[in-house]
Amino acid sequence: MPRSSNATAAIPESRLRLSLERFALIFTQPFQGLQRRINHWIATRTPRVAGPWIVSRRRVYILPTRYGYGYALLLVVMLLGAMNYSNSMAFALTFLLAGLGLIGMHHTHGNLVNVQVRQTRVMPVFAGEYASFTIELANPAQAPRYALSAAWQDDKFSDLMRSAFSVDLAANHSAYLSLTQASVQRGWLSAPRFAVYTEFPLGLFHAWTWVELDMRCLVYPKAAPRGERPFDSAGGHGVRSGPRSGQDDFAGLRNYQRGDASRAIHWKSFPKQLRPMVKQFSETLENELWFDWSGLPVSWEIEKRLSILTRWIIDADAQGRSYGLRLNAQIFAPAQGAAHRHECLQALALFGVRSND
Amino acid sequence: MQHALPPHLLMRLLAVLAIVLAPHGAHLPLWATLLVIAIMIWRSLSVLRRWPPIPRAAKVLLALAAFAGVYASFGRVSGQTAGVVLLVVMAVLKLTELNSRRDLMVLVLLMYFLLITHFLFSQELWTAAYLIFCAVLITGVLIDANHPAAILPLRNSLRLSGRLVAMALPLMVIIFVLFPRIPGPLWGLPSDSGAARTGLSDNMEPGEISSLVESDAVAFRVRFEGKPPANRELYWRGPVFGHFDGHRWDSVLHANAENDTQAKLDGGEVRYEVTLEPQRSHWLFALDLPAAASLPSDAHLDADFELFANGESRERRLYQLESFTQYRLQGEFDDAQRRFYTRLPARSNPRTQALAQQWRAQGLDDQQIIDAALAMFRQQAFFYTLHPPALSRDSVDEFLFDTRKGFCEHYASSFAVLMRAAGIPARIVTGYQGGEKNAVGDYYLVRQSDAHAWTEVWLAPRGWVRIDPTAAVAPQRIERGIGEALENSGDLPAFLDPRRPGYNLRYAFEARWDWINSQWNHWVLGYGPDLQQEFLRRFGIVDWSDMILALTAAVSLVLGGLGIVLLRQFSVPAASDPAQDQWRRLQRRLARVGLTQLAHEGALDFSRRVSIAKPALAASIAQITSLYLQLRYLQTAGTSSNAPSERQLAQAVTALKI
Repeated sequence: MPRSSNATAAIPESRLRLSLERFALIFTQPFQGLQRRINHWIATRTPRVAGPWIVSRRRVYILPTRYGYGYALLLVVMLLGAMNYSNSMAFALTFLLAGLGLIGMHHTHGNLVNVQVRQTRVMPVFAGEYASFTIELANPAQAPRYALSAAWQDDKFSDLMRSAFSVDLAANHSAYLSLTQASVQRGWLSAPRFAVYTEFPLGLFHAWTWVELDMRCLVYPKAAPRGERPFDSAGGHGVRSGPRSGQDDFAGLRNYQRGDASRAIHWKSFPKQLRPMVKQFSETLENELWFDWSGLPVSWEIEKRLSILTRWIIDADAQGRSYGLRLNAQIFAPAQGAAHRHECLQALALFGVRSND
Repeated sequence: MQHALPPHLLMRLLAVLAIVLAPHGAHLPLWATLLVIAIMIWRSLSVLRRWPPIPRAAKVLLALAAFAGVYASFGRVSGQTAGVVLLVVMAVLKLTELNSRRDLMVLVLLMYFLLITHFLFSQELWTAAYLIFCAVLITGVLIDANHPAAILPLRNSLRLSGRLVAMALPLMVIIFVLFPRIPGPLWGLPSDSGAARTGLSDNMEPGEISSLVESDAVAFRVRFEGKPPANRELYWRGPVFGHFDGHRWDSVLHANAENDTQAKLDGGEVRYEVTLEPQRSHWLFALDLPAAASLPSDAHLDADFELFANGESRERRLYQLESFTQYRLQGEFDDAQRRFYTRLPARSNPRTQALAQQWRAQGLDDQQIIDAALAMFRQQAFFYTLHPPALSRDSVDEFLFDTRKGFCEHYASSFAVLMRAAGIPARIVTGYQGGEKNAVGDYYLVRQSDAHAWTEVWLAPRGWVRIDPTAAVAPQRIERGIGEALENSGDLPAFLDPRRPGYNLRYAFEARWDWINSQWNHWVLGYGPDLQQEFLRRFGIVDWSDMILALTAAVSLVLGGLGIVLLRQFSVPAASDPAQDQWRRLQRRLARVGLTQLAHEGALDFSRRVSIAKPALAASIAQITSLYLQLRYLQTAGTSSNAPSERQLAQAVTALKI
């Protein structure tokens, strides 16, 4: 019986702790619930669009900055002083500054209205690297705009003094801003919602708008550390690690093609031929590399296997060799060049990822 | 420490700070001025030469030293001047730790506040221009501070700040007029607030008034309702002195503050309005003799008919009065009073006393003695001069019998002593005499240089009678003013000299300038609770709630208008294309019957589809489409040669019967 009484006593205690924590939460973060609601409201108001997104007047939100609150306090002090001294010029200055603050608010608001936000191409990255989403801000109006910045929704708004993160837009001009996001896993990394904001001209108000552009970054698998060598049994010939073979394997010159590695170019012949020639080696002609998914031990984790394949592709590409990839049903015939490299890496990146388009 | 601020920005900030601080130079003690200059020079050099920052301990020491310095100079760290000096020094010390944008913003806000402190010392007309000028400069720095990417060209940031301030000006005017004013002060003023003490003092020694005459400062301005009295009647009554110690005249301390002095006022009343400049004393000035019934609520008359305000006039104040130039003051006189007003120090000025007693011994009555004294001033070699020789202990004796050169206080003082020696009650009245009529604004300007002293003697049925001995020596002084009275004496202050080249032009200019200033004083500086109520009542705004309602409405209206102007500036200009407009009109009309042009559909495809759906329209649609295509794709938009086709297109769209 004592045990059961202990047990019954324990439950209310944990419940009590829970409710106490909730209660404390109300005091420590009273706006969290409110914040959640506001976020939800924002989400319903900002659909994910392909762009260009035109910032409409109704979607510009504006709040005072801490300097804005300081300015308001200053005005109150000045007003009290003017009242105390019955000083007309002090009243005049106070009211001038009050008017200035209000005009500045309109100006800050206007600085953002009708800005066009467009997405640009996003370059793929390897997992663990920072994905860089570059957005284009365009000013279709005749008045110049100054000091526009962008930040992810989750970020605290960065201090405007970080000069790299704000741009000016002359009339009918555009500029680019980059937002970076850490990539964690391979696949598609969608750009989250971000804010375009400004505090220009007076810094007393923070005007912003939420934008969610349908941008995504392809994240290749993280390359495995060097060391694992392709197996000959994988259906092709193994990659020889270490430096390239010497003159022995030299098989002649051929015309340069896009995607050839610069180190393969035969520079000596360049002044005579006036077009680049590429050294061909017997090895690259004969020994096409095949990287095969099924050749890797099944006991290894999928991600590890993908990482190793990624490493091989990177290295083979860097050495200017032809390589092919067999990834279950997907087969990429041996080839060279950036496009081939991208196709192979994309296949690895999206291996097992359900694509939604 | 964050990113260092750009050097250009710091130099701009320093320049603006210097301009904002410059007028305070007059109030700063020498050490503070030097400290301010030293720190500003150090800061600009440290920006240019990239010197390392001052160590923290040194900053703290500097701040403490500044506090100590202010305390040593003023004996406190609060109060108007001490507080301002402390604020200035602290603002400049902030320069030593100006590293981040936050510091910059704090300093900008501080500069706005420094700007307001100027108006504690001066609110003249030029300060309004200075206010706007500085507001533009400070706002320019604020704009620079908020443009982090690169420093804006100075022209751009100043033009933008100028635009912002210009747009804020109408708001300022609206709020200034409509914001409900309450009578101050809220918590009391520091004892050193307001203007420095000027004007007449509480006692009179030889040479005191003549020093005042050197000043061309304005004492007050008077606007008469109706016809102003003649110049010789413009005696502005101020402090009255009944006690003489042989050298100096002092006012009488009355046992009871209640004024039981009887005055019979006669002749028509003169109504007028005085705008008194701040002078840090209780005195108010009234035309001799003010009617007790017309006093402002916060003023009173004492037994000598001196007019006092209940508080010091630290600010410019406006009051209305009624006076009577003919009066009988204190017809009844008791023995104690007679004894008091004939009292002289026992062994002072023996020759004067002897002269008066000699007159009395000759059997002259009171009036004859007065005439004899005035005749003496008139007929003997007495001179009216601003720079009389210095007088020692028995000043009246020396003046009457030796130097014979004096200013109004010498004549008034010696005359009063003569009267008292002859047994006639006499006292000194100081104040102002005359005034300069301003033709532009129809008012009288009374300067400190119009300061004057005269006497009152008590004669049996008539009471206190004003006798001005100066009028006997220099009648022009009373008739035409101080400038003419001293014209040929060679010691006239330059501003009073009519023979100076350009005097007339200057006079005309000064009259206008003074008129503008008086308007400024009245309408802007004097815009307090009373004037506001009076002014707004004309527009049907009678109380606070009306004011706040009108204020809100007016500010929203103007702000809304300015907001629209700004938004238009930032909006995409709509290209005007009449052909496109007409096509849209067609689209709207067709949309009503369910025919909408699809996104992928060109004009031709759409017209074909419409023709199939509505064969009746086929001909008109074909015509419209061909006109539209011609205007859009075969001709250059916006040229005048398009006009006939455009008109045709518009008619065709109108004529379409769907």
